[in-house]
Amino acid sequence: MAQMSGAQMVVEAMRKEGVEVVFGYPGGAIMNVYDEIYKHKYFQHILTRHEQAAVHAADGYARATGKVGVAFVTSGPGFTNAVTGLATAYMDSIPLVVISGQVPLSMIGTDAFQEIDAVGISRPCTKHNFLVKSAEELPLILAEAFYLARSGRPGPVHVDIPKDVTAQMGEFDYPKEVRLETYKPTIKGNTRQIRKAVEAIVNAKKPVFYLGGGIIHSNSADLVRRIVAATQIPAVETLMARGTLRYDDPMLLGMVGMHGTYAANMAMSEADLLIALGPRFDDRVTGKLSEFAKYAKIIHVDIDPSSIGKLVHIDYPIVGDLKAVLEEMAPLIEQKVDPERYEAWREILKRYQELHPLKYEDSDKVLKPEWVIQRVGEKLKGKARISTDVGQHQMWTAQYYPFTRPREFITSGGLGTMGFGFPAAMGVKRGVPDEISINFTGDGSILMNIQELMTAVEYRLPVINIILNNNYLGMVRQWQTFFYDKRYAETDLSMQPDFVKLAESFGGVGYRVKTKEEFDEALDEAISKGVVALIDVLVDRYENVLPMVPAGGSLYNMLLEYKD
Amino acid sequence: MKIERRVISVIVLNEHGVLSRITGLFAARGYNIETLTVAPIPGSKYSRLTIVTSGSPRVIEQIIKQLHKLIPVYKVIEHSELVEKEMVMAKIPLEERLSDVEALCRAYNGNIVNIGKDTAIIMAADEPSRIKNFIEALKRFNPKEIVRSGVVAIER
Repeated sequence: MAQMSGAQMVVEAMRKEGVEVVFGYPGGAIMNVYDEIYKHKYFQHILTRHEQAAVHAADGYARATGKVGVAFVTSGPGFTNAVTGLATAYMDSIPLVVISGQVPLSMIGTDAFQEIDAVGISRPCTKHNFLVKSAEELPLILAEAFYLARSGRPGPVHVDIPKDVTAQMGEFDYPKEVRLETYKPTIKGNTRQIRKAVEAIVNAKKPVFYLGGGIIHSNSADLVRRIVAATQIPAVETLMARGTLRYDDPMLLGMVGMHGTYAANMAMSEADLLIALGPRFDDRVTGKLSEFAKYAKIIHVDIDPSSIGKLVHIDYPIVGDLKAVLEEMAPLIEQKVDPERYEAWREILKRYQELHPLKYEDSDKVLKPEWVIQRVGEKLKGKARISTDVGQHQMWTAQYYPFTRPREFITSGGLGTMGFGFPAAMGVKRGVPDEISINFTGDGSILMNIQELMTAVEYRLPVINIILNNNYLGMVRQWQTFFYDKRYAETDLSMQPDFVKLAESFGGVGYRVKTKEEFDEALDEAISKGVVALIDVLVDRYENVLPMVPAGGSLYNMLLEYKD
Repeated sequence: MKIERRVISVIVLNEHGVLSRITGLFAARGYNIETLTVAPIPGSKYSRLTIVTSGSPRVIEQIIKQLHKLIPVYKVIEHSELVEKEMVMAKIPLEERLSDVEALCRAYNGNIVNIGKDTAIIMAADEPSRIKNFIEALKRFNPKEIVRSGVVAIER
């Protein structure tokens, strides 16, 4: 067995795991590892300009490719900067391995320079974490970290390595396979439960597929499409499930929840059976729990038992990997379900769709953010990956962009992290270099990781940032308009940089557009040039995201329009 | 919803930081811990935690599932067929009638374990509900200090 230093082990482990890119930022406590990175060329290292961005970039890479994303940071502030990234990935179940340096073992607990209790901080926002005590245990811990990140319900795993451990010599015996006595995710669903669930579908009059992020993580969108087509049962998607069905699938009622479509929310409210495939009954989806799907029995398939029955009583719980469960379920469904049975129900929902479709009033005086998103969709549908930041632009993108496939839409759902979009879109571009990487962002969000212009330019990751600029922290402003009597506390962002010059100063390209023609020109040029771009789109300052279910309200009580 | 008391035994890998994972989980999700005891299981790499908690049935179900979800947790034992014991120790001034104190202790599986300059140390070990009664009864002997161990339990 080869003797090597802990730092070499880290690099070797990346090689064994087939890691092709690491996002990171060096510092004192992790210098031994960086010294090895300097010597080897097993993977590309991308130096972001902030540790938060390193983790978001690894996250975007993971969401786009389905592989484990990897980030390296140093101790103390390096690690604390990475925490938002860990929490973002944790809330959305994204597989990451984040390695941080730590002060030497002998100094832990002495309040040493750049010391912080990293595992204490990361414990509640990771799937698991490790503090490595010797080089000897490092290979096993790293193998476990990758295994835990990608298996079961995926999630970020944090490994904290003291500086002296990376210097220590030890044997590198990397396990081929990891087995943990205390961790055995259930893969196969209970066959009896699956049969009962199929019976429930057969007997339902008003069933609805409630599609969640678990479909994306388990790569089972194809199976879902097959089952939806076979049953002709209408479906709603959560934010995290967008792209499971094609935007033009006749069974798709749109997104569900706070900014879901009228038809999707009414379907949930009137259904007699919800077939929940990998969602987690988030409050942004359910609205008021006591009114949520009041008339429905619920089938819930999830790999995480704690997700089942957490908020809502489940009549047919099925614990297992969604793909494995659907593989067993699909032939049964195809055999037994008669799509004719739900004809009347489909008619009702069709009327709801016609009654209140998604709509906005276009204008020839000012650009509407919805138009911009639709326009990008017309041009790039199926050819681009779409990341977003958080706020109004995120919801409009989820509503109006024509998604065609899973992993096309990259967004921070659970944590709602402003500043996520740009670094994530860089990770996306690195993961799928042949596709265009768009980041829809706002004038608030973009400034939260704007330093990444440097990274994107340096590593030629031509992300096109489309800033839907309304000079407001728009989503908060919208709530102030609706619920706070227009007291616009600290949401006016009229003081702004010149985004064109800003982009140029980093070596990117900036555009400032006010009309449809200007927007088309800017987008076309940015794409054909293949450059890092900021397209500053001046849009209607007062546009609201509608429909809206006010927080805590019931899904069937939607605000469909707002008259000033 | 009805609040119920529940004793949960958790078998965990005896490793660095494992207790903080458990207590952190309870704190983060707002679950109650009434008592918690922990000690290694002889001849194994595991420790056994006994947690007395309370909550609605849905909360209890979540506690159990969330405990399962922690990576170093090997097993969560939550059925009600548990034999529970708790220990209590107390200091009683020597001026009190020690024969009466001793009789009380004996009734609760205890005795006087130490006699010092000013105080006698007594102990009792019994079911948690009886320990409560014992402490109540002990009050008339003016205990200076009472220490409870928390509950340990084993399945029948």
